[in-house]
Amino acid sequence: MVVWTDQERAYIQDIFSKLNYEDAGPKALQRTLIVYPWTQRYFTSFGNLYNAEAIMSNSKVAAHGVVVLHGLDRAMKNMDDIKKTYAELSVLHSEKLHVDPDNFRLLADCLTIVIAATMGTSFTAEVQAAWQKFLAVVVSALCRQYH
Amino acid sequence: MSLSAKDKLAVKTFFDKVAPRAEDIGSEALARTLFVYPQTKTYFSHWKDLGPGSPQVKKHGLTVMNGVLSAVGLMDDLKGGLLTLSELHAFMLRVDPANFKIINHNLLVVLSMMFPQDFTPEVHVSVDKFLAQVSLALAEKYR
Repeated sequence: MVVWTDQERAYIQDIFSKLNYEDAGPKALQRTLIVYPWTQRYFTSFGNLYNAEAIMSNSKVAAHGVVVLHGLDRAMKNMDDIKKTYAELSVLHSEKLHVDPDNFRLLADCLTIVIAATMGTSFTAEVQAAWQKFLAVVVSALCRQYH
Repeated sequence: MSLSAKDKLAVKTFFDKVAPRAEDIGSEALARTLFVYPQTKTYFSHWKDLGPGSPQVKKHGLTVMNGVLSAVGLMDDLKGGLLTLSELHAFMLRVDPANFKIINHNLLVVLSMMFPQDFTPEVHVSVDKFLAQVSLALAEKYR
């Protein structure tokens, strides 16, 4: 059972309230595909991912980045039971998409870096700690149904 | 995942630009390492103050960042160039190499915060590769 302090909840909600999903989502996924190119294996149907420019102008990548962020939004709205909220998503990623769970951490790190760039100095160490705890819980929930 | 000529150029160009703020970058990255990953504090039990404004953290952050900056000039032979530092970490400090990943992550976060326009995805991948190679070179003498 994950315990959230009021301060942690406030930090997480504050980040999401300031986030532009249509900007951060695409940026995080683009960065993941560029910085960790082996993650491209899951997106062979997305067309041209040949280089950084192609990835950054790929509309399917951008659209999917937004999908991912809306998924995180659901976790934020159900912070007290992310495990249950993500049960179906976990099965999807394991049984249908066959995503190596290590990739969740890679995307999480890239999202953190995108948010740090957007928030600048307001992304304090306390905010970072709360945010990374949130992402760790999300990743754990996504890994839950793997067998 | 060794460094291509393109990586080396990206790393050199980027770090030449950010070098003047070495103390800010290093101390912020170290402060975050200690705060967000509290297990890392075990290596600094001999310091009285591990909080954000701590002068010891500031000073040590600069030491670490200067190490990173010196590695930029040693990219053609990191293992050879970082030999002494590796011996220091292996035999004296005995820092578990898993922690190199942690401080690298916090360096990336701080660089992204402080240089959002320059820390593009292409620069990010080259810097990430570079820091990974530095970590490998630092771990060289461990066993």
